[in-house]
Amino acid sequence: MATVPMEHALILAAALFFLGLAGLLARRNLLFILLSIEVMLNAAGLVFVAAGSRWSQPDGQVMFLFILAMAAAEVAVGLALLLEFHHYAHTLDADAASRMKG
Amino acid sequence: MLRLLWLIPILPFAGFALLGVFGRKLRPATAAAVGVGSIGLSAGFSALVTASFLLHPPAGHNHMQTLWTWMRVGGFAPGIAFQLDALALVMVLVVAFVSFLIHLYSVGYMRGEPDYSQFFAYMNLFVGSMLVLVLADNLVLLYLGWEGVGLCSYLLIGFWYKDAANGRAARKAFIVTRIGDAALAVGLFLLFYHLGTLRIQELMERAALQWPSGSGLAIAASALLLGGAVGKSAQLPLQVWLPDAMAGPTPVSALIHAATMVTAGVYLIARTHTLFSLAPPVQTAVAIIGAATLLLAGFSGLAQRDIKRVLAYSTISQIGYMFLALGVGAWAAAIFHLLSHAFFKALLFLAAGAVIHALRNEHDLYRMGGLRREMPLVFWVFLIGAFALSGLPPADGFASKGLILTETWNSPLGGTGLWAAALGGALLTSIYTFRMLFLAFGGPLPQPVARRPGVTEKLPLLLLAALTILAAGLNWPAAWGGVSLITNFLHHTLPAPPVRTGRVAGGEAWLEVIAVGVALLGIPIAWLLTRGAPATVRAALQTRSATALRGFWLGGWAFDWLYDRVLVWPLVWLARANEADFIDLFYRGLAGMAGWFHQLLRWTQTGRIRWYATSVALGALLILALVIFL
Amino acid sequence: MILLWLILAPVLGGLAAWRCGRSGVQWPRWMTTLTLAAELGLVLAAWTTSSMPMGPAESSNWRLQFDVPWIPQLGIRFHLAMDGLSFWLALLTAFLGLAAVAASWRETVACPGLFHLNLLLLVAGVMGVFLALDLFLFYFFWEAMLIPMYFLIILWGDAGRRYAGTKFFLFTQLSGLLMLLAILALFFLHGRATGEYTFAYEKLLRVRPPPGTEMWLLLGFAAAFLVKLPAAPLHSWLPEAYASSPTAGSVLLAGLLSKTGAYGLLRFVIPFFPGAADRFACAAMVLGVISILYGALMAFAQTDLKRFIAYSSVSHLGFVLLGIFAWNQLALQGVVIGMLCHGLSIAGLFLLAGVIEERLRTRDLRRLGGLWAVAPRLGAVTMLFALASLGLPGLGNFVGEFLILLGSFQAHPGLAAAATAGLVASVIYALWLVQRVVHGENVRRLAPLDLQPRETGVFAALILALLWIGLYPQPVLDTAGPALEGLQHASRLALTARPPAPAFPKIAGLSFKIDAPRPSP
Repeated sequence: MATVPMEHALILAAALFFLGLAGLLARRNLLFILLSIEVMLNAAGLVFVAAGSRWSQPDGQVMFLFILAMAAAEVAVGLALLLEFHHYAHTLDADAASRMKG
Repeated sequence: MLRLLWLIPILPFAGFALLGVFGRKLRPATAAAVGVGSIGLSAGFSALVTASFLLHPPAGHNHMQTLWTWMRVGGFAPGIAFQLDALALVMVLVVAFVSFLIHLYSVGYMRGEPDYSQFFAYMNLFVGSMLVLVLADNLVLLYLGWEGVGLCSYLLIGFWYKDAANGRAARKAFIVTRIGDAALAVGLFLLFYHLGTLRIQELMERAALQWPSGSGLAIAASALLLGGAVGKSAQLPLQVWLPDAMAGPTPVSALIHAATMVTAGVYLIARTHTLFSLAPPVQTAVAIIGAATLLLAGFSGLAQRDIKRVLAYSTISQIGYMFLALGVGAWAAAIFHLLSHAFFKALLFLAAGAVIHALRNEHDLYRMGGLRREMPLVFWVFLIGAFALSGLPPADGFASKGLILTETWNSPLGGTGLWAAALGGALLTSIYTFRMLFLAFGGPLPQPVARRPGVTEKLPLLLLAALTILAAGLNWPAAWGGVSLITNFLHHTLPAPPVRTGRVAGGEAWLEVIAVGVALLGIPIAWLLTRGAPATVRAALQTRSATALRGFWLGGWAFDWLYDRVLVWPLVWLARANEADFIDLFYRGLAGMAGWFHQLLRWTQTGRIRWYATSVALGALLILALVIFL
Repeated sequence: MILLWLILAPVLGGLAAWRCGRSGVQWPRWMTTLTLAAELGLVLAAWTTSSMPMGPAESSNWRLQFDVPWIPQLGIRFHLAMDGLSFWLALLTAFLGLAAVAASWRETVACPGLFHLNLLLLVAGVMGVFLALDLFLFYFFWEAMLIPMYFLIILWGDAGRRYAGTKFFLFTQLSGLLMLLAILALFFLHGRATGEYTFAYEKLLRVRPPPGTEMWLLLGFAAAFLVKLPAAPLHSWLPEAYASSPTAGSVLLAGLLSKTGAYGLLRFVIPFFPGAADRFACAAMVLGVISILYGALMAFAQTDLKRFIAYSSVSHLGFVLLGIFAWNQLALQGVVIGMLCHGLSIAGLFLLAGVIEERLRTRDLRRLGGLWAVAPRLGAVTMLFALASLGLPGLGNFVGEFLILLGSFQAHPGLAAAATAGLVASVIYALWLVQRVVHGENVRRLAPLDLQPRETGVFAALILALLWIGLYPQPVLDTAGPALEGLQHASRLALTARPPAPAFPKIAGLSFKIDAPRPSP
């Protein structure tokens, strides 16, 4: 059975990760920042899966399930915070939340 | 009877405690009764003890009494213990009786002072400490008495505490003597370290056994003790405090700064004479310090205007004689001069006190005069005192100073140079003494007499005058009859003076004649300088160089000037300049640096989430790069 | 058991005082007074009821012990013990606490309940430091006494209290941290060498670190103690902390907390590290001499009464430092006497400063003067404490200084002679104080109320104690003697019979792994 070489999976994961990172750094909208984080998480998950299949170990897929669960929790908390922030600041601009300035 | 020895120093302390605690509640008469009574009792007991000592001498003329062990740490166990031997006995008698007379005098003299009871409290504390000093059987207890008298001196010089100048004089006295005391303390440490005890008798025995004559340790130890003695006895170079100490009430000057405390240094050296004999260079230094001091103080005495300062310089000068005697090994002669000086100097001070009170607290000799007719009793006793101070017969100063001059001439440690210095000092003494007498009692009366001495003041004056004459009989010069009660008695404790080989037999008579002649010469000179000054002398005294010289002597040879510039001012300046503590600058600097770093790093905390994310990403990249490329 | 009560009594009393702070201003005061009186009684009872040494044979100096496991997994025990040295310091603690409360009765404080809680917690902490024989417990009390002191300064201090409190906290905390590191190092060294991980004092005494490590460990301990003492270059927290505290706080800070530093040096530093201490002694004695002279110079320049007293304290504790590192019997006995008398006299001075400040609303020396005529008792007491501070024979401080100098002279004549110059310096500043406060013209027409019976009683007690130690110090010397000899013995033993050093990594002290200790059964 023809398998996808691991290098391909890794390249795809890296691309996804940097896409996410770029989105995280470039976007000011908090919703999109959250989306970018999800993309990055999935990139990490992909690496796990690829590695698991490369060494025929189930651990990679187990880890991905973990990440999935964690991402769900994170999204729940993140979206709740986001809603709260929107109530408070009437905007979703990340730069508006800078009261922690030193 | 000797068992009662401990009562002698304890009684004044009891008086002090009583007056110190309840003093303000007592009526002045009661306070005076307590103050004088405790000293009187103490003097009475010392007379009893003396009688017992003379009638039934204890073994070796040495009686010990231990009250309790003060502190015992290993081999170091000084006691609250007293030692009564010939030397201590003479000192106890002098201290107790002169103190009693001066206390009696103070009853009337200090009447009306706001701190009347306090005065007697301090005076009692002083007498107690002085008695502890002379009776102590170990150097630690002696040090207790030594510091105690220093404290009382401070308290009593500053007795009129409202005037800042008195406070300054009092502090100066305490601090300058304390410099000597510090040397004394180091001396004690050294002695204990090398000889393992501080009991005076054991110390002297061990020193004589373990240290050869001229050994470095003996020299160091005796030099340090000498430091203490020089401070307390106001000798060069620590003599500067005594003239200023005259700021205190006159009875204080009489008791502390003439008769007793300032002679403690002489007592200390006599007490540890074995040690000084082991250190010939130091003994020579003692003689030279004595000779130099007596001359310097003599010249300064010539120029003073304040009657009490004249007496102060004369005290420094007379103690110089005692040091000279100690330095040439004439220990007994030094103590005899100490005794006679205690009598006649107390007499002179008390008489001067009467003069000062009579003229409304006038201290300036040039505004005095005419008291010979107004206060004949004071005049006559002052005259007796003046004879004694100048070393003229029949007063005791003649006998004691004559003895010192003779011994200086005879001793192998002395010699012509020291003798000539002492003789010159005698001339100076006679000049300034009679200058004072002529100025205070001769000439016209400047103002009506304000206050005449009462009975309690006249009585001590008369008794002291009598003692001044009678004491001469205790030790009349050998050349002219020869009685030597005191010196023979003291030789139980102190060795006889060394005698130079090849001296002219029968020369003593000539020495005495020369000494008396020189002293007599001073009287007309004093007259020519004061009341009987011809126009030429007056003119000569007014020239610029004479004025400058007088100013120089008036200021005590500029020692104060020098010490101010070399020591006092720089230290005060340093302290003031550093009030905020420069060490703190270091810690403040640390704190400041932390603050600066805080400012520096603050700008990284922008509060923007994207900025943080970027930093995290860059940091991660950096670490990755490090991992990969290194 | 009585030792445990010595710690518990002030804690419980403090909580009670806090509770009754709501019912009235006087209640906490009475509560505190009662507690401290009971504490004083307890200390005396502890000593008198135990005439026989009760510990194991080798530690026969301990008159009283209390030893239960605390955290056995880490080898930590709740071990208190009292010997002649800690007895006197404990007695001083209770006595000064009582004096501080009784004499600052008239001083108004906000929240009296909380104030007295802090006061009593401080007393408990100090008591614990003097009694603890488990190094972990010791460190616990060491840190525990900082916190109430910090609050006393921060909450009840004067205008500069924030700065003073923070500075005090930073200095003591940082130096305490260094000590903690050293304690942990000892712990692991002992565990490595014997397999038994413990904080017990007497077991850790047998640890023989290699020389290089030993010096580092000594420095770690000494840092904490020298800051607390304080020695000259580390003293800079002290003038502010002393000056800004409320009266009772200054009394305890100066009278007791400085003693914990000296106690630590005596109890831990030299017995633990005799070899390094031998090499460090000269430097420490030089620091002592510097403290003596520098403190005196600084005291002379001050215009604030409390800062003046603070610097004079630096000067006096210089003698203590000098004596500790002379480490012979004379000097050590002098150190004990010196510690007690410094505690009494410095407490007296701070109480006086409190009285003056409370009555005249100033402690600026330039604005005082001439109090002798208007408040004779106050004047006399000031004079007496000034005299004690200049080391007048007959008062206790003299005995301490004399013995210290006598002992130091045998260890190091030159330094002892230099320290003797401190005798002159102390006269200069003490008399300056007398002149500024008692003597002189009363230009500003100050008319403070003279000392009241309660205050007179406190001062009289302090002065009588000083006189007693000055004229008959033998009881102190006799009780502290065996304890001091025990310490000397421990250090001597360590020097002569040094077992072969176990093979440690080269840069020991820094490079051993922090592995978890095996739980001791």
